[in-house]
This record gives sequence, structure tokens and C-alpha cells, in this order.
Amino acid sequence: MDFTIKTMADYAAEGKSPEVLFWVGCAGSFDDRAKKITKAFCKILNKIGVEFAVLGQEESCTGDPAKRAGNEFVFQMMAMTNIEVLNAYEVKKIVTACPHCFNTLKNEYPSLGGNYEVIHHTQFLKELMNEGRLKIEGGSFKGKKITFHDPCYLGRANDEYEAPRMLLEKLDAELVEMKRCKTNGLCCGAGGAQMFKEPEKGKKDINVERTEEALSFEPKIIATGCPFCNTMLTDGVKHFNKNHEVEVKDIVELLAEAEDL
Amino acid sequence: MQYLDNVIFLILLIAGFGLFGKSLLKIYRNIRLGREINRSDRKSERWETMARVAMGQSRMSARPVAGILHLFVYVGFVIINIELIEIIVDGIFGTHRFLATIFGHTFYNFFTATLEVLALLVIVGVVLFFIRRNFYGVKRLTMKELFGWPKNDANWILIIEFALMMAFFTMNSSDFILQQRGVLAAHGSFPISEMTLVPFLEIFSFDNIFLEIVERGAWWFHFIGILFFMNYLYYSKHLHIILAFPSTWYANLDLYGKFNNLESVTKEIKLMMDPNADPYAAPAEGAEEAPSKFGAEDVFDLNQVQLLNAYSCTECGRCTSVCPANVTGKKLSPRAILMKTRDRLEEVGRNIDKNGKFEDDGKKLLNDYISKEELWACTTCNACTQACPILLDPLSIIFEMRRFLVMEQSAAPQELNLMMTNVENNAAPWQYNQADRLNWAKD
Ligand code: SF4
Ligand code: SF4
Repeated sequence: MDFTIKTMADYAAEGKSPEVLFWVGCAGSFDDRAKKITKAFCKILNKIGVEFAVLGQEESCTGDPAKRAGNEFVFQMMAMTNIEVLNAYEVKKIVTACPHCFNTLKNEYPSLGGNYEVIHHTQFLKELMNEGRLKIEGGSFKGKKITFHDPCYLGRANDEYEAPRMLLEKLDAELVEMKRCKTNGLCCGAGGAQMFKEPEKGKKDINVERTEEALSFEPKIIATGCPFCNTMLTDGVKHFNKNHEVEVKDIVELLAEAEDL
Repeated sequence: MQYLDNVIFLILLIAGFGLFGKSLLKIYRNIRLGREINRSDRKSERWETMARVAMGQSRMSARPVAGILHLFVYVGFVIINIELIEIIVDGIFGTHRFLATIFGHTFYNFFTATLEVLALLVIVGVVLFFIRRNFYGVKRLTMKELFGWPKNDANWILIIEFALMMAFFTMNSSDFILQQRGVLAAHGSFPISEMTLVPFLEIFSFDNIFLEIVERGAWWFHFIGILFFMNYLYYSKHLHIILAFPSTWYANLDLYGKFNNLESVTKEIKLMMDPNADPYAAPAEGAEEAPSKFGAEDVFDLNQVQLLNAYSCTECGRCTSVCPANVTGKKLSPRAILMKTRDRLEEVGRNIDKNGKFEDDGKKLLNDYISKEELWACTTCNACTQACPILLDPLSIIFEMRRFLVMEQSAAPQELNLMMTNVENNAAPWQYNQADRLNWAKD
């Protein structure tokens, strides 16, 4: 990165607090592919001058995969640890590029004592755009075919279908919808802790089914809004040997590209 | 002897409703075997949801063909109920077309004419449904889990409804001819019958006596048919015509993504994390006792709304047809989760009927009915809950059973155990050091 990422601890040491806390998440911190999404998002925030911080070493897994695997103990242990840290810094607003973190922080932390305004990065960028702080010119994407895969935990789980689409429209690309989109969206196959295990026996893997549908429109880009969907669909595209023709990119990466960041 | 009809009618009526009441009580008793759950909040939202989804069928429009046909048949069901009032009064007091005296001429004509049109729509609906279900090959209606009773059940209902509506038209037609001949007082208007069955019956120039017998016969058939239909419900997926109402009222109103947090666990963890807590302290007097187990192994561990859901499921398979696990050929079918839950609950119910209370039968919902393989195939995507026309929640059952597998039996797949250990020890599902969390910023 060609600028410094500040942590909550840094801000606290300066006696200040940032506009927003960026919750990076485990995938965004450790997974090589997802790290690119993390960086792209930081670049955009940096460019428009949003003061943001991360927790860095003080961040733990939100507990989502443990919870959805059925392990309420591990989930709540993680949640309580995180809530202690967040409350100590008096965090008000959290943005995250992972719908699983987003969902858990937003919906499952409140009853454990963690009350924050939690938003997904696409929602945050939409907000910034409406405020006139973020301007997108979609030059290089003009006329390119893009299809968007709704992440279950952003769309169906939290009713957010419009924010990602609004951003994509700004790219001036040709947006095509898959038959299974929005409330009818098909899972990428990673949710509910499936990411961490082999799928059960069946006719095919879920990510293959989903990628097949996306590829049937012959898009240039499959846009995602979740690091897990991104991995699943990237694998799917490889499965069909299309990885030289079709890119799988997070919306924030596309925006960063449009801005030449 | 002249009151024989009325007496028989009354006996049948009481027996029919009595039996039906008994079935409903049994269902109620079985549902109460589940854990209590508080869903009495947000009352106005609940009434609104029920009106919109159960009465207004708002979710049926997602599949327009089935939606319209279902609307026809649904409206038909409502007719049966309005008409039943007239049948009961006529039956008990020996009157004929009692509502005519209340409604007045014009309105009664309008009323009977409307019923005829609606009855015709029901016939159209059930015939097309029958064809669609049996010859057209809609995948979700021809899946393996429906073989046997579920499939026959669906067909029986269509046949019964067809027969009931035909009896209705036969009754009206013979009544109309008798009215024309001055045998019966002129009440009502029967546009559909006049166009269809009446000309047909006229060909044979039946005499009055015969027509009276036909009219009475159809009337009795209609009445007994309704009683039969009502009592058949208990054995059928068609319970949904009643239970869709409570099911939508008690539906989960939260966002789909919000899963419940187990309070018993919260207490324990708070205790663990509180440096001042005395780990050996006895629980405070009057403190709520922790549930005997985490998650669900059998129907007793599910909550009452989940059990109500199992009885309400109409086996339409909309959930299964959108389930990513199912469409890619895995064993999981959310519809089957509810069907199996109901099967087990009924088995438990029969056990209680026989023994007075539940005697261990060595079986459980887990493994004997629902396999681990099904449970682990779920991505918790909520497509099933989104698709269900009556807001049932198969996912919540899957989730509770996973909790049991993990927290009571430590029986998660090996890779998931590894993931959970990582989360616990490294605060990430992968084996990376928490201290390296900000390394990406340094590249
Ligand atoms: S939540 Fe589970 S059962 Fe329901 S549709 Fe998704 S994968 Fe299937
Ligand atoms: S759960 Fe709902 S969608 Fe699934 S079969 Fe039953 S009624 Fe249909």
C-alpha cells in the first residue's frame, strides 16, 4: 500500500476517532484473493478522503462460520471478545466488504451487547456517491457485459439488492441479470460454513451450477460483493476453463479500476 | 318419522364436527410437545402478515400459473364455507334455501350466481392442477420424496373437490328445473347450470320425483362430502388450509440473516469472561434453568412454531426447487425436512395415544428420520424460507439439529472441527496468527 492504514489504536493515541471502522474480516485479512478486495476498498476510501480505521491485530473472526456450523459457544466467545474491543473504542459505524461479517455484526451482535450502525461496502459507497463525495466515471467498462451475483447474506438475508446494482450502473457497462437473481438468487455454495469443508455428494458442486448460469450470458466480468462468492465463482470459472476470458471481480475492485487506482 | 331427515342430519353434523375437533386437539397436543417460544410481539405486524400472506396469498404470485389456479381453488374453499351455513340451517330446520329469506330476492340471485361462477373456476383449477401434477412433469411435484401417500393425497383432494363441485351443479340444476315447473319456490339464479347441466337434464325429460331425488341426493352428497373432506384434512397436507393462518401469524418476522443467539450459552460465556465471577457459585434462586440440551435431536427439542410448520407444510416443494443443495443433487430437501418432522411427530403422537404418555421407542428425529448428510449439505442461504408461500422455516430445524450434532455430540465433519478449533485458537477459520492480521497493509 502506498499510504498507511491506521488502526483504532492509532486514532485513540491521537485522541481522535475515525469516521468509520473498516471491518476487514478473516478472508479480507488472510486470503490472497480477498486481500486485493480489501486493498481496493482502502484505496477508494483514501482517495476520497474518508477517515477510516481498522482493528488490525485486535480484530477476531466474527464467529459466523462457527455459528452456522452449529457451534454457538465458539460464536459467542468471538462475539463477546469483539464487542468488548468495539465498545472500548466506542465504535459507532462499521463498514465491511464481507456480507457474512456484515450480517453477523448487524443482526446477531445487538442482543449480545454490540449495537453499531453496520453497513456493507456497497452501501457505504452508495452513501458516499449520494453525498457527492464519490464520483464514478465508467470509461474503461463502457459496453462491457457484466453480471452480478447476489451474495445470500447481503441480498436475501438482509434485503439489499439495489446498492451493488446502483454502483455497477455507474460503470456504464451492460448489466445483465441472471434468471436466478435478487430474491431468487442462487447461493455460490460457500455459506453456512460450507466454505471450509468438502461438499456432500451430488450431481455437481453448487459453485459449478452457479458459474454455469453466469457464463451462459457470456459476460466479460462476473461481479461479486463477497470474498467467499468471489472464491467460489473464480473456481467455477476455472472449472470451465474460462479464466482467460471471464474475470470475477468484487464491485469495489471494478470501481478502483475505473478510477485508475 | 317426518323428522328423520333432520335427525340424521344433526347426528352426522355433530359426529363430523366432533371428530374434526378431536383431530385438531390432537394436533394441538402434539405441537405443544415442543419447546415454548415467544412470538407474541409485534402483534399488528403479525395480523398484517397473516392477512397479506395467508388470506391475500401474496407469495403465490411468484409462480403465476400455479398462483392463479390456486386462487380459484382457494376461493372455492371459501364458498364451501359460506354455503355450509345455508346447508346446516336447511338441514336442521328442514327449510329450503334459507338464505333467500334473509338476503331478499335480488341479492340472493346475485349470491347464487356468484357461487356458480366460483364453482366453475374451482373445477377449472382442479382439473388443470390434476393434469399438471400427473401428466405435465413439474419437477418439484414428481420428486421421489412424494412417492406413495403424498402423491395420492394430492390427487385425492383434487378428486374430492371436483366431485363436490359437480354435486353442487347437479343440485342447482335439478333445483332450477323443479323451480321452473313450480314444484319448488323460485329462489336463486344459476347461470352456469342453466347453460350446461340443465339443457342436458332436460333431454331426458325426467319426472318431478326423480329430479327431487337427484336434488336431495346431490345435497346430501355435498354435505357429507364436506364433512368427509374436513376429517380427511387431518391425514393430509391439506391441513395447510387451516394451519397456514397460525403459521403465518407466528412466522419469523426478523431478517432472514438473523439467527437466534442461545441465551443459555450467553450466560455461561459471560460467567467465563467475567474475572469477578465465582465459577462454583450456585445458580441464583429462581434463575431460569438451562435447557437440558443444546439444539435438537428429536421433535421434543424443536420449538412449537417449528412443529406447527411441520403440520402446515403443503408439500408444494417450492423450497426444494430453489435449494442449491437439492438442485445440485445432494440429499437435502427442505420440504423433506418438514415432512419427516411431521412423520416423527405423528409417530410420537400415536405412541402417546397408545401408552398414555410417551414411552421411549428407541428412535429419534435425528438419524432415524433426518440424516447428518442432509443436515451438513445446507448452505443456510435461506432460499427455502424465501420461497415458501406460507412463511415456513425449514432452515431453522436444520440449524437446530446442527447445533445438537456439534454441541452435544461433537459430530461435525472433520474439516469443520478444524475450522472451529482455528476460530477458537487463532480467531480466524484458517490457521493464521492473529498477530498477522494487518500484514496485507504492508505488502
Ligand atoms: S437454507 Fe439450506 S435448505 Fe434452505 S434452500 Fe438454502 S441450502 Fe437449501
Ligand atoms: S416448506 Fe413451504 S415451500 Fe416447502 S414444501 Fe412446505 S409449504 Fe411448500
